[in-house]
Amino acid sequence: MGAAAISVSGLGKRYWLSQRTRADTLRDAFTAKLRALGARLAGRENHGSEEEFWALRDLSFEIARGDVVGIIGRNGAGKSTLLKILSRITEPTAGEIRIRGRVASLLEVGTGFHPELTGRDNIYLNGAILGMSRAEIRRKFDEIVAFAEVERFLDMRVKHYSSGMYVRLAFAVAAHLEPEILIVDEVLAVGDAAFQKKCLGKMQDVARSEGRTVLFVSHNLPSIRQLCRSALLLSAGRLEAAGGCGPVLEQYQRGLTAGAPVTVPKPGPEIAERAYVTAVKLETLDGRQPAVIPVGVPWKIRISIRVRQPQRRFVAAVGIKSADGIAVQTSWLPPQDLAPGDYEAVFTQDRVNLEGGSYSLLVGLTENDRHLQQFEAARFDLTGENAGDQFPATSGVGIVLNSMQSSLERL
Amino acid sequence: MPPAADSLPAAEPGIMLIAAGRGESNYWRDIWRYRELMGFLAWRDVAVRYKQSVLGAGWAIFQPAVTLAVFTFIFGKLAQMPSGDVPYPLLVMAGLLPWQLFANTLSGTGSSLVSNTHLISKVYFPRLLVPLSSVAVALVDFGIVAVLTAAMFAWYGVLPGPEIVFLPLFVLLALLAAFGAGLWLSALTVRYRDFRFIVPFLLQVGLFLTPVGFSTGNVPNWREIFALNPMVGVIDGFRWCLLGGTHTVHVPGLINGIVVSLLLLATGIWYFRRTERSFADII
Repeated sequence: MGAAAISVSGLGKRYWLSQRTRADTLRDAFTAKLRALGARLAGRENHGSEEEFWALRDLSFEIARGDVVGIIGRNGAGKSTLLKILSRITEPTAGEIRIRGRVASLLEVGTGFHPELTGRDNIYLNGAILGMSRAEIRRKFDEIVAFAEVERFLDMRVKHYSSGMYVRLAFAVAAHLEPEILIVDEVLAVGDAAFQKKCLGKMQDVARSEGRTVLFVSHNLPSIRQLCRSALLLSAGRLEAAGGCGPVLEQYQRGLTAGAPVTVPKPGPEIAERAYVTAVKLETLDGRQPAVIPVGVPWKIRISIRVRQPQRRFVAAVGIKSADGIAVQTSWLPPQDLAPGDYEAVFTQDRVNLEGGSYSLLVGLTENDRHLQQFEAARFDLTGENAGDQFPATSGVGIVLNSMQSSLERL
Repeated sequence: MPPAADSLPAAEPGIMLIAAGRGESNYWRDIWRYRELMGFLAWRDVAVRYKQSVLGAGWAIFQPAVTLAVFTFIFGKLAQMPSGDVPYPLLVMAGLLPWQLFANTLSGTGSSLVSNTHLISKVYFPRLLVPLSSVAVALVDFGIVAVLTAAMFAWYGVLPGPEIVFLPLFVLLALLAAFGAGLWLSALTVRYRDFRFIVPFLLQVGLFLTPVGFSTGNVPNWREIFALNPMVGVIDGFRWCLLGGTHTVHVPGLINGIVVSLLLLATGIWYFRRTERSFADII
């Protein structure tokens, strides 16, 4: 296909898992060097401390000019890594990419915004960071301001903006980029619903009328369906499917019923003699284990526990943390004494009432207020799609949705 | 192993090729293309610096003024060091002016990458722009201190001779030395955060290994070794340009300084470019 805007062949990206922790300080670097030297003297090759991890592996595909492509896949499938390589933020380890046309990428809303500068200043700064020339920004300035609806606050420092204004301004700058190829990461996950619609509309206009190639990563399947003509499905760093948007999305949703990957660590020797978790299950009330759970459905978390020694005041707890690390909620069993044996703790809720997004599930056991085990058991996604009448809004309205009892009485 | 860069087919015109080890192909052209961004980053740093502080430009003056007073007192009054035929404060000021430029450029470029982490992990541009743009802040501060210096010269009624036309060359030499060392430090700081603490320490030691508070004429026997510090040549040059008279440039020493500066710059660029491609992965 001669008109391909992007052609990718054999693309791979390797990370060393210990890379980050190993060399953060000089002292660590020195001790690592010493250890490597010791290992070599002892006749061992030192690869033990470094574990390789391929975030992307052997990826090949083509994107036609003017196509609007959604990139989907679970957390950790390699979507963000792919976008980072396409935007030249990081280099691939293997393979190559040919890109025809000017690329602009939008991996975050408001990259480089400075809180001490005014809205006006930040439009110029952010525009330049996204690759616009000064003349181009000046030409579109009024349009950007009007789109963001911040005329009155232009000369106010951005640190005094409300978060809504901030996001609107940031997106407005980005929406007025005119590259031939636009790469967008999940940036629409912020802002209020009305503004999200406006952004989607703008992106749609851009793609349709101006024939621009757009790559769009999102967990929000309805917006992918609405915007994209075709889609790529990534799974564990490899391309699982590519083609028309409908079929690929279907395949993705079918795959999701396979369940979120759950990890249960092996208990240490001491804990193994006392009490430990043997399995964790995250499922909807009908017993299915989807990786993406729709907001509003009844769900439960089942924890299998093996007790080897009698436990006093034993507690099992589950916690949920949002993708940005906020501890959202914790639930626990009342403390009780347990005799040895196998148990199952079940936590149920008649509707998932957290906003759509990625979460992690933490599991903990304590005896007599002392920790036995605590670990992250699974990452899972909640989706606001098909949330039903009970949840007209599933994002941008807080993490915990509609958790209070409410009533309306005629007086 | 990725294939060597030159064994890959060259990209056709209008096509950008992304492949392992191919980050360089358009690097210098990209720096030119992104020159406006460099201007914006520099402008941001200057604007933020003066918006956030109450005293604004006052800070740029405060620090050298205090150092000037302390050095004049210690070296001029207590140690009774000679200053030739000029007032001691002017001797110190002519050394302090380039030293401030050097120190500010070095610490600014050194920490520039780490303080722009959010940009480096989210957008592409030639990373060299970040340390380059932080030179601007140091230059603005230099301008302010230069005005202070001019006022002092006027106050003492000392007028520089025609040698002053060579001053920009010594400014450039100070910038080259500081920028070269700053490149090393900025790239090293990305990997080893320890360098954040090493830089202030280096500058503190450097201040005493550099003839800021006294004239180089006081260390005649050590001149050659002393001049390995590129700032010795720069400060001698500044004193020659501004004070003239007994202050001369020691030519072999100056050449030493130039060679060291160029070496720092060349190796700095080399190390920066070599490590640059992994910045986004480890920062």
